[in-house]
Amino acid sequence: MCTIGHRLGLLAYVLFALFPLYWLVKIAVTPEALLYSEGVRLWPSAMNFDSFTRVLTASDFPAFFRNSIIVAGGTAFFVTILASLAGYAFSRFRFRGKALIVGLMLLTQMFPIVMLIAPIYRLMTPLGLTDSLWGLVITYTAFNVPFATFLMQSFFEGIPKELEESAMIDGCTRFAALRKVIFPLTLPGMAATLGFVFTAAWSELLFSLMLINSEEKMTFPVGLLTFIGKFSVDWGQMMAAGVLALVPACIFFALIQRYLVQGLTAGAVKG
Amino acid sequence: MAASDKPAPPRGGRLSLLLEPWCYLSPALVLIVLVMVLPLIVGITYAFQDVQILKPFSKGWIGLDHFEKLLTTDKVFYRALRNTAWWTVASVVLQFGFGLGLALLLNRDFAGKRLVQALVFLPWAVPTFLSGLTWAWLFNPVIGPLPHWLFALGIMSEPYSILGDPDLAMWGPIIANVWFGIPFFAITLLAALQAIPDEMYEAASIDGATAFQQFRHVTLPYLAPMIAITVLLRTIWISNFADLIVVMTNGGPANTTQILPSLIFTTAYKGLDFGYASAIACVLLGLLFIYTAILFHMRKNLRSTT
Repeated sequence: MCTIGHRLGLLAYVLFALFPLYWLVKIAVTPEALLYSEGVRLWPSAMNFDSFTRVLTASDFPAFFRNSIIVAGGTAFFVTILASLAGYAFSRFRFRGKALIVGLMLLTQMFPIVMLIAPIYRLMTPLGLTDSLWGLVITYTAFNVPFATFLMQSFFEGIPKELEESAMIDGCTRFAALRKVIFPLTLPGMAATLGFVFTAAWSELLFSLMLINSEEKMTFPVGLLTFIGKFSVDWGQMMAAGVLALVPACIFFALIQRYLVQGLTAGAVKG
Repeated sequence: MAASDKPAPPRGGRLSLLLEPWCYLSPALVLIVLVMVLPLIVGITYAFQDVQILKPFSKGWIGLDHFEKLLTTDKVFYRALRNTAWWTVASVVLQFGFGLGLALLLNRDFAGKRLVQALVFLPWAVPTFLSGLTWAWLFNPVIGPLPHWLFALGIMSEPYSILGDPDLAMWGPIIANVWFGIPFFAITLLAALQAIPDEMYEAASIDGATAFQQFRHVTLPYLAPMIAITVLLRTIWISNFADLIVVMTNGGPANTTQILPSLIFTTAYKGLDFGYASAIACVLLGLLFIYTAILFHMRKNLRSTT
């Protein structure tokens, strides 16, 4: 009885999670002529992959895709390194100004991002970082470091201090102990951080929209907007592009989701 | 980093001990200060200036004029403020409730657990802008299925779009937001659940505690720290989160789904009035700051009583 309830509950969650995604796929494979007449049907009476072929061959989407992978991958990489170091400092040291810095990091999350775009644009123009993928990586990295630091801090707190202390007694410097003893143990935590940051950077729209001008440097969320024309929206192609855009994020997420819960568990031991 | 590569400082090297944490912190800190804190300060100063892009002579310090106009005459602002509160509370409560439910369901072994976990966490990986579009499509009365199904069930008198109904429009983005946000709470709370030692439950059941009592006296206290930090962060993020609303309703109909961040976006990039937009942003910042301070204060009190 209890088991049946458990399975039904899970089933409800799975259906709720998948239904919009199912609809996205359905629209992408519906021939354009049937898009409006068969909008309510669960599956169209005919299907084709025209939208997909057009997106892959006749649009700039492959380039948008490559740019997004560079930006999201680069951001995830740098954030994980910076946040690991900072999270380590928070978990292992008591020092003056710690509360101030935690407060500062929280504060940066409270100001609407929209209002930061104009000042950031002014700051980056003289440095040649506007209309550049590097500019995006730097901006995204800065935005994701605070949350990632809190996350990494909780992972480090799950690892006993005695581990690196004994390595230090054996003659290691603290940094060597961190590198050889502690980092391998936080790999699941780092995987979790990578995953969170990659998906966040992968779907970011506003900054990309404002900081990038040239078509060949657009990331894919901005590229999706190009399907919204002045007079009509090419829904089939847009949804096909959307489905394709889901693939890397999903693969990445599926690869690390096993570590996600494990990693967070390690971190949560001490709460 | 380079400094900490040197041989360990001799015991009592107080200066290097003081500096050590900063070696680990500084790369992240430098980046945050340059890319976020400086622009934040510049952005705040806009609130006290007349910054309108289309009026080249509009530059100048005007003191608190924006705030005066905002707080005394701007009806849309107050409407957006109320909407922000409703949007944030409803989204956080539903995301948290359903997220906790999912975490509890996943916190036991069953066949195919990995697959189920991957599927229910999927919405988190979907770009918000794309999920906004998809949900707007689902709610569309001409081409979307939901209005027709609700009509067939007799819930709606005719298939219409709730996104166009002033009384119901906010529910559209809220539902999309709940769909998107359940995995965040489920992942973090599941991790915290798995860290609860089994002995705690064994001891509780030996003492004859019912399932509900176990939940109330074992599970919840263990989850409390994780709940506090995730609810705090999500509240801040959601109240600042305009993407779904901009994509799905753009604040309409008649400002009934206008929240502060979407109002800021419209004021800055459609009205091109950066000064006024920044003043609204400062109000939001102030409110979130007060909220955070209260939460930290409560947590401190909670800790000192237990």
